[in-house]
Amino acid sequence: MASYSTNQFKPGLKIMLDGDPCNIVENEMVKPGKGQAFNRVKVRNLLTGRTIERTFKSGDSVEGADIVDVEMQYLYSDGSEWHFMNPTTFEQLQTNAQVMGDAAQWLKGQEMCSLTLFNGAPIAVTPPNFVVLRITQTDPGVRGDTATGGTKPATMETGAVVRVPLFIEEGSLLKIDTRTGEYVSRAKEE
Amino acid sequence: MAWRPTATRAGLARRAEILAAVRAHFAAAGVLEVDTPLLGLGAAGDPALASFPIDLHGSRRFLQTSPESAMKRLLAAGSGDIYQICKAFRDDEDSPLHRPEFTLVEWYRVGFDHHALMDDVATLVERILPALRLERATFAALAQRCGAPDPRLARTDELVAWAAAAGFEAGPRDAADRVLLLDFLLSEVVRRAWPRGQGGFVYDFPVEQAAYAQVRPGPPPVASRFELIIDGVELANGWHEIEDGATQRARHATEDALRRARGLPVCAPDPRLLAALDHGLPACAGVALGLDRLAMLVVAARDLDAVVAFGRDWT
Repeated sequence: MASYSTNQFKPGLKIMLDGDPCNIVENEMVKPGKGQAFNRVKVRNLLTGRTIERTFKSGDSVEGADIVDVEMQYLYSDGSEWHFMNPTTFEQLQTNAQVMGDAAQWLKGQEMCSLTLFNGAPIAVTPPNFVVLRITQTDPGVRGDTATGGTKPATMETGAVVRVPLFIEEGSLLKIDTRTGEYVSRAKEE
Repeated sequence: MAWRPTATRAGLARRAEILAAVRAHFAAAGVLEVDTPLLGLGAAGDPALASFPIDLHGSRRFLQTSPESAMKRLLAAGSGDIYQICKAFRDDEDSPLHRPEFTLVEWYRVGFDHHALMDDVATLVERILPALRLERATFAALAQRCGAPDPRLARTDELVAWAAAAGFEAGPRDAADRVLLLDFLLSEVVRRAWPRGQGGFVYDFPVEQAAYAQVRPGPPPVASRFELIIDGVELANGWHEIEDGATQRARHATEDALRRARGLPVCAPDPRLLAALDHGLPACAGVALGLDRLAMLVVAARDLDAVVAFGRDWT
């Protein structure tokens, strides 16, 4: 993997720090007094999600991280592994519950997801921004309570629990924003 | 082609008001405005500064990184108190707070030490930023406030350990570079010593960061140098000046050694400056203040483009 000099630092650059791939979030040049220049960077560890600050001597080099984002189709889960396929090459990849994280609760199969690969192995899965799922369980709404803005929990076919308006009934199809986990609207039957 | 200015008309007007306030301050104090060459024989000796070389009919000359050398020649010739508003040029500097070409005001007060000059800087800056009350603290006190070791007394291995804990990614040769570690400590003081919207002077530096300031013998020895920090931004650097050529030559030798250790080019110091110092500089203190940065703070911006007519025009 190529290495990057501090003068190539910019938000979005992927570098290796302490053996982990990290994403530069902010990069600031500082030059105290009449002294040495430094690059103060805020980086997010792509494995742990933690954001840390580091300071480099300007002109130093850092190893780049082999990070790529690929679009792959979710196929199925066997309970311990989640299987994805590249729809052009038919190449398949598997990943586990830890990497899936919150993404797993939105997927039933066929969805196109964005997989972040580190040295070819998935480290993060991003589901589509919007998914359409059916409610498998929710308590009956209170009649006439359509406009008060109250909500209730609803369990979706994938197991995800979403707050929905009181008038929404069991069996309905809903459009959900996976970035916030919030109900967007009712969806039409296909 | 994008040809329009980066600053607004209002930003330029605030900048012009600041320039007028600076000139009024010095007119009231009887300080003479001067104008010295930006193209000179000498390159910056400071290992952290890079001069732009210029080919002048086959001879190598340099755009000045500050007007210090020429102004000291005026002082040695008996000019008395002087100030200058001019451009300075520094290679390898390009960020929201750094430009290869920028405007500063540099001034020298005869008979002042660094404390008297801090008073003068405070009067000028508090006139331009009236809400501000500038605090004053030693570098050692501010380092302690930031949980860092005393920059005058700490062993190098203590500095290395603290820097690592503070997030410094040291390169293989950095553990032996005490000046580098002290510069990192200063960078942490700059951003952490005062909260946003406040500021002050950090003064009395370790000898490794003396630049061209007089050193008081101590113990521990300290350099009579100060820096002005507002809103986490460094605005001015000043000191009680070295008065003789021998001490100046010794500082150049130290700078050259550090340049060699870091693999940087070494340039002969400006011979006219050394000749002037051999003649003798009157006891004085001098300071340079970044006018672009001051204007930026006045308009509450975080990028110099807001207050220079054509920001990053070289790109």
